[in-house]
Amino acid sequence: MKQFDFTITDKEGIHARPAGILVAEAKKFVSQITIKKDDKQADAKRMFAIMSLIAKQGDTVTVICEGEDEDAAELKLKEVLKQNL
Amino acid sequence: MILKGKGVFEGIAVGKLKIIVHQKIEISSDKKFAPENEKVRFIEAREKTCDYLESLYQRAVNSNLKDSEAEIFNMHKMMAQDLDFEDAVVSSIESGYCAEYAVKEAGRNLSEMFASMDDAYMKARSADVLDVSEQIIRNLAGLSSETIVIDKPCILYSDDFSPSEIVKIDSAKLLGFATKGGSDNSHTAILARTLGIPCIVATGVDIPITDDGKDAVIDCESGTLIVNPDKTQLKEYLAKAQKIAKAKEMQKSLIGKPNETIDGKRVEVYCNIGNASDTSLALKNDAGGIGLFRSEFLYLESKDYPTEEEQFIQYKNTVETMSPKPVIIRTMDIGADKQADYFNLEKEENPALGFRSIRICLERPEIMETQLTALYRASAFGNLMVMIPMITNESELDWVLDMAKNVREKLKAQKIKFNEKMPLGIMIETPAAAIISDVLAKKADFFSIGTNDLTQYTLAVDRQNSKLEKVCDKHHPALMRLISMTVQNAHACKKWVGICGELARDLSLTEYFLKIGVDELSVSPAYVLPLREKIRSLNLSE
Repeated sequence: MKQFDFTITDKEGIHARPAGILVAEAKKFVSQITIKKDDKQADAKRMFAIMSLIAKQGDTVTVICEGEDEDAAELKLKEVLKQNL
Repeated sequence: MILKGKGVFEGIAVGKLKIIVHQKIEISSDKKFAPENEKVRFIEAREKTCDYLESLYQRAVNSNLKDSEAEIFNMHKMMAQDLDFEDAVVSSIESGYCAEYAVKEAGRNLSEMFASMDDAYMKARSADVLDVSEQIIRNLAGLSSETIVIDKPCILYSDDFSPSEIVKIDSAKLLGFATKGGSDNSHTAILARTLGIPCIVATGVDIPITDDGKDAVIDCESGTLIVNPDKTQLKEYLAKAQKIAKAKEMQKSLIGKPNETIDGKRVEVYCNIGNASDTSLALKNDAGGIGLFRSEFLYLESKDYPTEEEQFIQYKNTVETMSPKPVIIRTMDIGADKQADYFNLEKEENPALGFRSIRICLERPEIMETQLTALYRASAFGNLMVMIPMITNESELDWVLDMAKNVREKLKAQKIKFNEKMPLGIMIETPAAAIISDVLAKKADFFSIGTNDLTQYTLAVDRQNSKLEKVCDKHHPALMRLISMTVQNAHACKKWVGICGELARDLSLTEYFLKIGVDELSVSPAYVLPLREKIRSLNLSE
């Protein structure tokens, strides 16, 4: 299992566009990828679920990757989050 | 097939017919469907929807739409492919429901989930989810896509078009419009005039869908729509259309010339526009300014109340593009025939006489406050004036002036730049306002007479009802008296008066309006030059 924290700097937070990009990237991996915010969690391959986290600027989310390609997934998602959020 | 209707704009259009069907889809709530079959139908329909959304996205990217507008289609596509949505649909299908019912329920549940979120952005996504599920249902039912997408130049036909539908049309490819219902004053007609596109309304006839894609001709002069014309007819009309195009070229020689009669009387000719991008049409036709910017289109185009920032950007763009020419923005005129879902207005027996524009603002002052703040902020960037629609009482004007004062004080406290002297005028579009115009003229900075509503309210004629066009005497003496009285009362207080309704472009009234002293006429962009031609041919001293 790999996990890392990320603090959102984008002023609109996880709105539809970055959520869509996140999902598209997450789907490329077989690992189970979960995004946690406070007590809520969402499957990173599901856009509606991610959006319902309502993650805003300044919020910190935890990303957890679990599966055979978890190392690659962690690396990629770090990059995607940095670029889009 | 030859259809008779009412020609709205001048000219001739020749092109392929595209029929838009607004169909209600019946959905069975029975639990008797074979899941395997329904699953396949769902997957196939969803694929069609995604392809369609992809094509919308590509079109938007290739056109001059903003990125954010193109991005909506991309977002819709991802919503259609979402796994939570798919899971909900599949589980419903597995319990025996048909795919249509399953999609509808899944869409409804997800949209309710968004609607209940404690976040304005997420709340607004609720409408997106519904849009997407409706699209899939249309594809399941084997219907053509509901949103009007024009991939090549065509003539559109439908029963009627709603304002929100109209704003989605890719107008660059629109050769002409025709509608079964509607009237000279319906939104389709107004749009046709703004764009300068030939249009026929109130044909009263359905065209069979089998005629979709056939040749068609719109002739505004005779008010006819010909479907499937023969070769000689087609040739004749093409020649006529070319001739009209040449005459338009001739009018272009008037660009840069003043709106002045032979004996030296000058009048301003401004434009009516519906959104910020129409300014290019106004400038192209050499308008002296914007006489009416219908800000409600901002409200109709969005899924939730437009924010101060969103409004500010639109107003600022318009004002900057037109500067130093004046821009008159009308505050939102929602209600009656212009409805936006998120306003949640109750159904009314008599909407035109009901809860609309300023009346809504009086109950929901935050709408007016947001808009006035955005407008004042934009006033720093050019020559902006603001006018309030649907005034019937002096107290309403007082209320607006009070609020404007508060807004100015707030902006000052925040050290935001704005024009402290931004003129605040009102529309005279109710007989009540015209009759007390002597009182209102003391407080308002200017008047703009909205003749469409003034006609409707003075003559008790519903402007959306095509049956009443015969009794709707647009030159009725009562109307002329109200207009001339308003002008006199304004001038007595040294205020100016414009006319921004459709009467402003009625060339048979131009002489009358100039004689009674109207200071400004505001017309759709395509009418600026014809009106200038008329003004320059008049001699008031004769």
